[in-house]
Amino acid sequence: MSDIPVRLEGITKSFLGVQVLRGVDLELRAGEVHALMGENGAGKSTLLKVLAGVHKPDTGRVLLDGEEVSFSAPRDAQAAGIAIIHQELNLLPHRTVAENVFLGREPVKRGQVDRRAMEAETRRLLEWLGEDGIAADAEVVRLSVAQRQVVEIVKALSTDAKVLAMDEPTAALADHEVELLYDLVKRLRERGMAILYVSHRMREVFDLSQRITVLKDGAFVTCVETAEITSDQLVRHMVGRSLDALYPDRSSAAGEVRLALKNAGNGRVRDVSLEVRAGEIVGLAGLQGSGRSAIARAVWGVQPFTSGVLELDGKPVRIGNPRTAVRKGIGYVTEDRKGEGLALSQSVRDNALLVRRAALRGSAARKHTDLAELLKSVNVVSRGQHQEVRYLSGGNQQKVVLGKWLAVRPRVLVVDEPTRGIDVGAKQAVYRLLRDLAADGMAILMISSELPELIGMSDRIVVMHEGAVAGELPAGASEEAVMGLATGHGIGEVA
Amino acid sequence: MTRWRPRLADGTAPVLVVLVVLLVALAFAGPAYSEPAGYLALLKRAAPLVILAIGQYFVVVSGGFDLSVGSLVTAEVVIAARLISGDDGNTAWVIALLLGFGVLVGLVNGLITTKLLVPSFIVTLGMLLVLDGAVFLWTGGAPRGALSPSFRVFGRGSVDLPLLGAVPWSVLILLAVLVAAVLFMRSGTGRTLLAVGDNENAVRLAGGRVERLRLLAFVLSGVLAALAAILLAGFAGVSAQVGQGLEFRAITAVVLGGVLLGGGRGSVVAAAAGALSLEALFSLLNLVGVSGALESAVQGVIIIAAVAYAAHGAGLRQRFRPRKAAPSLP
Repeated sequence: MSDIPVRLEGITKSFLGVQVLRGVDLELRAGEVHALMGENGAGKSTLLKVLAGVHKPDTGRVLLDGEEVSFSAPRDAQAAGIAIIHQELNLLPHRTVAENVFLGREPVKRGQVDRRAMEAETRRLLEWLGEDGIAADAEVVRLSVAQRQVVEIVKALSTDAKVLAMDEPTAALADHEVELLYDLVKRLRERGMAILYVSHRMREVFDLSQRITVLKDGAFVTCVETAEITSDQLVRHMVGRSLDALYPDRSSAAGEVRLALKNAGNGRVRDVSLEVRAGEIVGLAGLQGSGRSAIARAVWGVQPFTSGVLELDGKPVRIGNPRTAVRKGIGYVTEDRKGEGLALSQSVRDNALLVRRAALRGSAARKHTDLAELLKSVNVVSRGQHQEVRYLSGGNQQKVVLGKWLAVRPRVLVVDEPTRGIDVGAKQAVYRLLRDLAADGMAILMISSELPELIGMSDRIVVMHEGAVAGELPAGASEEAVMGLATGHGIGEVA
Repeated sequence: MTRWRPRLADGTAPVLVVLVVLLVALAFAGPAYSEPAGYLALLKRAAPLVILAIGQYFVVVSGGFDLSVGSLVTAEVVIAARLISGDDGNTAWVIALLLGFGVLVGLVNGLITTKLLVPSFIVTLGMLLVLDGAVFLWTGGAPRGALSPSFRVFGRGSVDLPLLGAVPWSVLILLAVLVAAVLFMRSGTGRTLLAVGDNENAVRLAGGRVERLRLLAFVLSGVLAALAAILLAGFAGVSAQVGQGLEFRAITAVVLGGVLLGGGRGSVVAAAAGALSLEALFSLLNLVGVSGALESAVQGVIIIAAVAYAAHGAGLRQRFRPRKAAPSLP
């Protein structure tokens, strides 16, 4: 086996006359983690699918161990030792780990599936990975997302994969699970696998990869050694311009208290007190499950507070459902854009007007809104108001979600993971927008698991730990300070 | 407001093509269609089904089914004959009562679906059986009573309009229903109903009242079924079989109109066009001498073909617009 198990040369691909890849080169070496980066729409997924045999390139060559190959189906790529771990995992929840690993390729003994051999081999691979905490006969539905990912990897290993491509593997993982994945990826690399790692997250790329290939608009930009590039340079390669100020300047002084929680609690959080003032962005930090999102959903009336007081503009109010929340002037940008934020088959227009139409009555609902102006203010790029939102990129979809709230001019806006899964250019646009809204007097409560973003945006940071407020930090606090509180250690004790 | 422009909702075009082809074919197939009167008669014949399809559209697009409309039509017709007993004096209050009964059945369907969380397919299937049984029990298989001439005029009579000449009442009623339905679907409530069929979570979290909208869809379907029954009774007379199979015909029409089963997609005009196409197709088959017994077979083929076409179309769209993960590796 040569040191370069995979080489793609001059790959081009177009769909319906739209050129998605324009002469991309990619070279994976054995024993390296190779990061593939680029904005949404840069062609990363398409390139991955060419490698996986899903798409046939229009021109260009795919070389495996120096020999040109042509895949006509995913099965061919798999047989050649290439495995892809997709963002959405493809496992059958009610079958066991071993059954999933050998799905469609079950070993047979005397006409029967050889369960014992299947489980033994699965166990061997799990041990080889150092993941013997997962039982080969456990039902997949009982595993965590991170463990399911391990099962996918075992599945790949069981086909003797030499090349593993991972598409945003950490997108669905909780913070502590990410660490486990890091270790796993490092172990795979040490054992000589070539790993292609697609991610939007800078830190992961710098922590894990040896080399980085950057795509932009379907074209190859550069391939560099990770050690020889800074994150600023990398961003510049990706967006083709410098993003010197990713986070906008903090603005003027805060005004009146808009939203106040006093000893508020429900089944998920307890004794929460915090204030958000007009003109202010308050960050809400914490590990997954610490109660960050529970606060947002309680303010929003999905799972209301059962104790304590929620005040709006100094007056105590009861919010028992989202409808009341909207009418009291609260907006909520959900972390689950596709599941809760958008009606994907409806147009940009219908989505942008959804809150107004659904929640408001009478004169408020009929009040004139200049939709074109609104969509422009949130910077949505679409083929017009009548385009279905499912055809928009993640960033543009998120802008539509923001737009639908702005259409009712809330005075308090709760944003939960506002930049999840969107590219760096769109992130910057969302940051600017949030800052502009605050400057206009909106009170914003922002939840994010990306610490640099939370620190870059917040005027104050409230940190949650196990359902309660662990502390509050001023603007520009260090990541260590936030993590210290979030993990229950106190400020600065965690490096 | 944006500038108004005629815009075909996704999936409307194919059914319009089908409709035009059928209408042209009719002109070649029979002398009755050499002048407008033939088409007017077709429209008159089709009016009850088109109205039923419009009602069905509201339910389907919000993510449900209404299988009870056929039995509801039968029940309405039987009740009308019994209560009117041929007396013109009874016409007005009986019509009001019939519409009220339609609303009631819709309310029951809707409340059971939204409050008890029974799938609408089951609820309305149950309602179909209940109404069937009640009608049979009440009539013993042979409806009694008679309709009054003033009742039947809506289904069979015409009104003389300046310039247009004699236009059937049912065609006028159909146009009024269609215009009202289009305006409703362009309103905020109508758009939100469509969004409910697409993603009810998003609507609920946007402060919308999902249950109420669903309920509204069932009530509209019920009241439109009552209206269809009034037209059908006038046109075809009283029998205990008058509404038989109409629920499936209405669903076929809606599907033929490109409305997605499961909700969230499709236009009401397309659903109406689907119903008219179905009626035109049956007329055409009749003209070229195909046995009427084949109608239900034809309908079966159409509903499967239309859904297959829709699925195929979605598949194609997905293939050309890769947005999610590739198929899993086996």
